[in-house]
Amino acid sequence: MSKKVEHNIKAYGNNFTTMTPGPFAIKLRTCKIWQFIRFIIINIKMLVVVRKSH
Amino acid sequence: MARLVVLGGGVSGHTAATFAAKWLGSAHEVVVVTPNSKWNWIPSNIWVGVGEMSKEEVTFDLAPVYAKAGINYKQAKAVSINPEGSDLVNKPFVTIEYTLAGREGMTENVEYDYLINATGPKLNFGATEGLGDANGLGEFTVSVCTADHAVHANEEFQKCIQKMKKGERQKFLIGTGHGLCTCQGAAFEYIFNIEHELNKAGVRDMADLKWISNESFLGDFGVGGLHMKSMGFAVSSKIFAESLFTERNVDWIIGAHVNKVEKGKVSYELLDGSMGEEEFDFSMLIPPFAGVGLKAYAKDGTDITATVFAPNGFMKVDAKYDAGTYENWKASDWPKTYQNPTYSNMFACGIAFAPPHPISKPMSSPNGTPITPTPPRTGMPSGIIGKAVAHSICDRILQGENAPLHEASMAHMGAACVASAGKGIFDGTAAAMTIYPVVPDFEKYPGTGRDTDYTFGEIGLAGHWIKHILHHLFIWKAKLKAGWTLIPE
Ligand SMILES: Cc1cc2nc3c(=O)[nH]c(=O)nc-3n(C[C@H](O)[C@H](O)[C@H](O)COP(=O)(O)OP(=O)(O)OC[C@H]3O[C@@H](n4cnc5c(N)ncnc54)[C@H](O)[C@@H]3O)c2cc1C
Repeated sequence: MSKKVEHNIKAYGNNFTTMTPGPFAIKLRTCKIWQFIRFIIINIKMLVVVRKSH
Repeated sequence: MARLVVLGGGVSGHTAATFAAKWLGSAHEVVVVTPNSKWNWIPSNIWVGVGEMSKEEVTFDLAPVYAKAGINYKQAKAVSINPEGSDLVNKPFVTIEYTLAGREGMTENVEYDYLINATGPKLNFGATEGLGDANGLGEFTVSVCTADHAVHANEEFQKCIQKMKKGERQKFLIGTGHGLCTCQGAAFEYIFNIEHELNKAGVRDMADLKWISNESFLGDFGVGGLHMKSMGFAVSSKIFAESLFTERNVDWIIGAHVNKVEKGKVSYELLDGSMGEEEFDFSMLIPPFAGVGLKAYAKDGTDITATVFAPNGFMKVDAKYDAGTYENWKASDWPKTYQNPTYSNMFACGIAFAPPHPISKPMSSPNGTPITPTPPRTGMPSGIIGKAVAHSICDRILQGENAPLHEASMAHMGAACVASAGKGIFDGTAAAMTIYPVVPDFEKYPGTGRDTDYTFGEIGLAGHWIKHILHHLFIWKAKLKAGWTLIPE
């Protein structure tokens, strides 16, 4: 999967100027340990916004 | 004994009615008028639309829940409001038409002391030629806006998968079906869930996926986009959205007003005035929303619909409807109490209230065609507003007519949104986002219009877990099971 995402970029097409995630960033998306940590952090961040909004 | 009548038992009306019933107790009456026998957790329709959930998992019967809550439930649709009563009746009333099996078409006048209009949107498929008509969805595209639509969408989707398995290439076109649509988030979720399912079915390489929407930039979502803190930068949602579309190999057309749908083809006009056509084998296009078409009559029978409702059919509330052009828009234009300016015992919440103007900057093509997202009112604001309105009315019933009204301006509240990008306990992903405030306040937060300390987003499996947990939590809450009041909107 190394640089698979980069291959989706079309020169001077719609997506030529965007950023694309590398293999490490993509792996982290579904890495269970990392995502468990993110789960806790995102929940805290969301609860803060929910509290501010009620 | 006072009577509160709530029109619409969706996200906003159900929240308002259930809290009002709890706060008022049996000394007063809460009536819910809503045409469906089942409550639907609409966000999970996306998963029904790709075969990952059944209709039964996203709906439940309303009658036992309302019986438990002591709510008088009328399975009917409201047709008109007489806020001053009529020649024959002194009290204000709503005319309803039953949809309940066995009583279909029968009408009744339901008197009220207070009224909440939470009728949500009319799915206005008829606004685009070929997308549908007055009866609803047309034959060329699918929809995920209702649970039944989503079941049908999945049936068509599965047929495409079978074709791809037999070696037939398929083109998927997902997005918005008109220049004035909202709810881009739902289409966003659907296209990435489709992509995820195609991968799972092993046919991704046989599919071309394309997004078409009325947003002037990808990631606008009808809220003018948002800036999120990431890696020390304040990064526009445009960058993140384009990145995700590129990563998942989904091409896009933006700034598009779809003006015609035919079998296997849409025609559209772009913001630069050019016209185009796009072919498809499978297409899900969100329709534009309008008010559900309630009428209003004065005591003498005069039609006062234009006094009570905005031209788009949504109910007028305490918003500034004469704010003028974009340059003059302010956060304070947005309603706070959702009270109708003419009739103080009438309120509107959720999608049913008329917003003062869009949130995204309005744009039109050189031909004069408006192509601009209309403002979304997602689940969290709809719930919070419903609860605030219920609170105001309960205070007035219990403490007297002068009790102060509760406020819930979208310019002062944030929203947490989790947009699914594929379902799976270990391989699912979702974009978890918070936005604060929903309506940007460029005076308070110059530049981005939002507080970037409370506006963030990231995509990953954690987001999917949250989305799945929220599915169960919100259905639990809507069923009024133990501790339901502790679950925030
Ligand atoms: C596919 C899809 C996915 C979505 N995903 C998300 C998401 O992930 N997160 C999120 O926050 N939001 C999401 N939304 C938006 C969310 O569903 C809405 O914000 C929310 O449903 C609005 O609540 P409401 O009560 O105003 O309208 P609704 O929930 O639509 O309720 C309106 C109710 O009024 C009833 N009604 C209609 N006409 C009448 C009448 N004449 N008389 C009486 N009752 C009537 C309807 O039957 C319905 O029960 C999604 C929307 C869609 C379509």
